[in-house]
Amino acid sequence: MSAVMTLPTYEERVAGFDWALSEEELGVSREGRVNIGWHCSDRICDQGRAQAPALIWEDFAGAGRVYTFNDLRVLSNTIARFLQSLDVAPGERVCLFMDRIPELYIGFLGILKMGAIAQPLFSAFGEDSLWTRLENAGTTAIITQKKHVHKVRKIRDRLPALKHVIVVDAASATLQPGETAMALDALPRVERFAVYPSTGETPSVLHYTSGTTGQPKGAQHVHYSLVSQYLTAKWVLDLQPGDIYWCNADPGWVTGTSYGIIGPWSNGITQVVLDSGFNTERWYAFVAKHRVTVWYSAPTAIRLLMRDGTEMAKRHDLSSLRHLASVGEPLNAEAVIWSKEAFGLPFHDTFWQTETGCIVITNFPGMPIKPGSMGKPFPGIKATVLDPRTFEPVTTPGSVGLIALRPGWPSMVRSYWNNPGGYANKFRNGWYLCGDRASVDTDGYFWFVGRDDDVINTGGHLVGPFEIESALLEHPAVAESAAVAKPDPVNMEVVKAFVTLKPGYRGDADLELEIMNYVRKRLSPLAMPQEIEFVASLPKTRSGKIVRRVLRAKEWGEPVGDTSTLMDE
Amino acid sequence: MDELKKAIRDYVVKEYLEDGDDREVREDTPLITGGIVDSFSMVSLKRFLERKYTIQIPDAQATPQAFDTVNSIAELVRKFTSGV
Repeated sequence: MSAVMTLPTYEERVAGFDWALSEEELGVSREGRVNIGWHCSDRICDQGRAQAPALIWEDFAGAGRVYTFNDLRVLSNTIARFLQSLDVAPGERVCLFMDRIPELYIGFLGILKMGAIAQPLFSAFGEDSLWTRLENAGTTAIITQKKHVHKVRKIRDRLPALKHVIVVDAASATLQPGETAMALDALPRVERFAVYPSTGETPSVLHYTSGTTGQPKGAQHVHYSLVSQYLTAKWVLDLQPGDIYWCNADPGWVTGTSYGIIGPWSNGITQVVLDSGFNTERWYAFVAKHRVTVWYSAPTAIRLLMRDGTEMAKRHDLSSLRHLASVGEPLNAEAVIWSKEAFGLPFHDTFWQTETGCIVITNFPGMPIKPGSMGKPFPGIKATVLDPRTFEPVTTPGSVGLIALRPGWPSMVRSYWNNPGGYANKFRNGWYLCGDRASVDTDGYFWFVGRDDDVINTGGHLVGPFEIESALLEHPAVAESAAVAKPDPVNMEVVKAFVTLKPGYRGDADLELEIMNYVRKRLSPLAMPQEIEFVASLPKTRSGKIVRRVLRAKEWGEPVGDTSTLMDE
Repeated sequence: MDELKKAIRDYVVKEYLEDGDDREVREDTPLITGGIVDSFSMVSLKRFLERKYTIQIPDAQATPQAFDTVNSIAELVRKFTSGV
């Protein structure tokens, strides 16, 4: 209790804030040397924490391993040297395509240490999603597992830039020509490694994110992002010496790298990782076993926990928890109130996205929480809502506008890979547009309203309708398609598809299931329509463009709006 | 393995394991926690069961726990069927 009482107020943290505070603590500058891989391992060892646990890892069956910060340092050196031995060069994109196994986390640091760009991708991606992102990035190497290498094999002949397929858990004899085994435990440990002399603006991480139009965009980050990620992890997640931290996010998504690798380890914090699908009992047992103190989760997971009730939570000793935070989608007020009942603590909502690289609007520990609110801008972040017609800040409290940020914070996305036009479109009047709508109340708290585009936020992950529609059109039965968000009590939104069929096909339950599985395998389970409605025609403009907003409005029970420009049925 | 469990297991192997993924799926193999079927994919598995056995499984009972093994799925299906 005393620790909570001594926390600075929001106003105290904002007053006179400068990112130089973070630079000073880390010993970096934008122009000088900074390497995230080194800062998350070697630097912590240099500070006397070499033997402290960095990663406590456990799989679904309960088997586990512990890695110290010295292990991180040496094993990331080892992976860096291994990549060099394959002639992977600085600046090349190296994809991490694995479940949440130790090689994923350590490999991330190793890639950065040798100057390449880490490109983590969600291991549940199907071959089409994988190909789109590897082809766009011109990825030269991919590190994967034997359970996922089959997806790579299916597309490799269409990826001329991909020189190396590295498998971490397979014997050489089982691999195909052109594939390389990398058993981390069997490689000679590399004690000394000349870390690539990256500076603040050297590219570090490439995360793909979905938009309304076109294929996913590669958000390019730089090593200087560390300055934001370090301080937001320290202040918002309230990471302190002695903490045991658990971030539920997969490093295939930005939360899993910014706050599942960089944030905690640059602060020298021990983190636990559970490589397992969701199970309420398993999760509570994991928290109790490892005495987790800080938990960063997501509203979808919290709603699943809620569904199993407070009694299940109370059957476990969760008294170690002292701070809870959430990200990915708006945290509803009921979830905040429920977490107080179940854990004696509220979940603190945090808002940010792939492009921001760090938490930008948030609820701090010690700051009064308004259940259902996103909170206030992090110090150093200038945030507002803009009038959607003029792109000028809205001045009336409570009026809904577009969430916008003034560019310049350290972890802001620097470009979209091979897509300068897409990047330029994100800015208006000197503001970066997040693509979300919100209002601001008289106390300066932001209140989320919804997306400003057709992107579907399902379980905290953004899915682009174009990618789904493209996959649907490849099914032999589908003539036309439209994918929209449909409300869902657990995932906030799920994908619903509207489909017209080619002659000779009948839209029945068997075909619906066949198409669902077709999209799931090609793209990902997230992108699979959870419902398909077979229709005679889709709403279109007179120029023939499908109008998703009409379909979406019907799903949400909202007014359809102006239909005068639509083609007559 | 009885017919019901075999049908469930065969569908899981066919639809949720990649070609060449040689993991064995037994009656007690963890499907959700083991990462073979995720919570989003559960929807298509539920649809398959409802279609094949002409049943309706309420969403409240289609939990990750209930779908975690072939055994638990078979138990769930039996609640809504007779003579299977």
